[in-house]
Amino acid sequence: MTEISSSATASAQTEVANQRLVIVDYGAGNLFSVEQACRQAGITPLVTANPALIANAEALILPGVGAFGEAMASLRRLDLESPLRDFAQTGRPLLGVCLGLQLLFTESEEFGSHKGLNIVPGVVRRFSATVGVPVPQIAWNQIHRPAGLDWEDTLLKGTADGEYMYFVHSYYVAPEAAADILSETDYAGVRYCSSVHRGGIFATQFHPEKSAARGVRLYTNWLRQALPATPAA
Amino acid sequence: MASIRIIPRLDIKGPNLVKGIHLEGLRVLGDPDAFARYYYENGADELMYQDVVASLYERNSLHEIVRKTARQLFIPLTVGGGIRTLTDIRDVLRAGADKVCLNTAAVRNPELVRAASRAFGSSTIVVAVEAIKQPGPTGRYEAFTENGREATGLEAVEWATRLAEMGAGELIITSVDREGTGLGFDGALIRAIADAVSIPVIAHGGAGCLDHVIDVCQQGHAHAVALSSLLHYEFITHPEYQPPGAGGEGNTHFLRSGRTFSKIQPTDLPTIKAALQDAGIECRPMLVETDAR
Repeated sequence: MTEISSSATASAQTEVANQRLVIVDYGAGNLFSVEQACRQAGITPLVTANPALIANAEALILPGVGAFGEAMASLRRLDLESPLRDFAQTGRPLLGVCLGLQLLFTESEEFGSHKGLNIVPGVVRRFSATVGVPVPQIAWNQIHRPAGLDWEDTLLKGTADGEYMYFVHSYYVAPEAAADILSETDYAGVRYCSSVHRGGIFATQFHPEKSAARGVRLYTNWLRQALPATPAA
Repeated sequence: MASIRIIPRLDIKGPNLVKGIHLEGLRVLGDPDAFARYYYENGADELMYQDVVASLYERNSLHEIVRKTARQLFIPLTVGGGIRTLTDIRDVLRAGADKVCLNTAAVRNPELVRAASRAFGSSTIVVAVEAIKQPGPTGRYEAFTENGREATGLEAVEWATRLAEMGAGELIITSVDREGTGLGFDGALIRAIADAVSIPVIAHGGAGCLDHVIDVCQQGHAHAVALSSLLHYEFITHPEYQPPGAGGEGNTHFLRSGRTFSKIQPTDLPTIKAALQDAGIECRPMLVETDAR
């Protein structure tokens, strides 16, 4: 990881334009695909663990695959907790994906209890195993529009109610404020929050970068709003 | 309740997509990239690449194919074949794979499954169980490695249960007896394992027609289905999708003959998805572009 970080920092010095969009590199597995989706949407991101570059980004992506506790430990080891919280407080655009959504929450009950970044108030819970419904959920599943919310005013504009997105997870988020819920999904007997919006935050439990054209479109929507000068992809 | 995934499985040897019977006797069918793109555009839920030779000197060629796919196709990609260590896993993930598939290495060193799921997350670690039904009244299935050549002495259902306990995120179960034959999945094998573990099970080996796919979901309790011949022999009826000179090396006699494979009734992904839905099996539909909001 040290090796990646130092090379990313070196390239940052040569490609100043890239600093607008930063992907937080704390060792998560889906960096590559998130980066590819950004490229497809028309902008080349900078992938780095450098706290200063993260703090100064115009827009930030927090990706993630794996365990909550270990990811938080990595963020702490890399001194990224405060820069991430500070960034979120400014209201600048922050996209969280999968574990990157869960890390924004107050705490997780994964293997005991772990404190999260506490940027979005709420908890992370595990699906209960039920007969015939495997955990983790590894499947395409539908996202539903909460009653009273119009997606056309949100980053899900252009997405149909009931659209299928690709999910891989054993845990789901439960925000304290219903207003934070952008979409809901049914699995293992629960209707849970599958994406959130709160201030500058847009975060999804599903993987838009693995959800074919309909998913990549969410990156395009987000980048257009996050970095308005971005040419249309 | 969970939607079924249809996963085209591409067996790759050097630069070519190949297909065998019982995992052996490989025919060259063409350029893997062309197959992958066709399946992506037709609604594949994931893709799976299996390096069937997995010799060291060909490893770069597989990584190159993975890199190309990951740059262009935005669905999950699982890569297997010859992955032995945590470093191998990291390399394949860096090339752009979303998951890796282990088999031989898991049998030789089961702790690798635990270490890998801890290091990369369970959902990144798929383990293959290649099962062969043993003769005699017990109906026992034994797990094999090396494309069904090496016996392990492990009973397949027990082995699958142990893999799940050690942190495998999902299992792909191959009936070596049925693989490439078109005679249908071994529903009893798939069901025994799907019912024994709480993680997703991918059925593989034997699909010869649409009904086989429906049966293995309904009777076999599969959560996903990996398909090769059924889809590949449909793809090769569209030579316009293949780049000129595809499959220039190896056993290309079959490809050049223009024949189809009589045991298989080839079909495409939209037809499979429509048939699943007609049978009441949930899957991601091909087109929802025109759905009312």
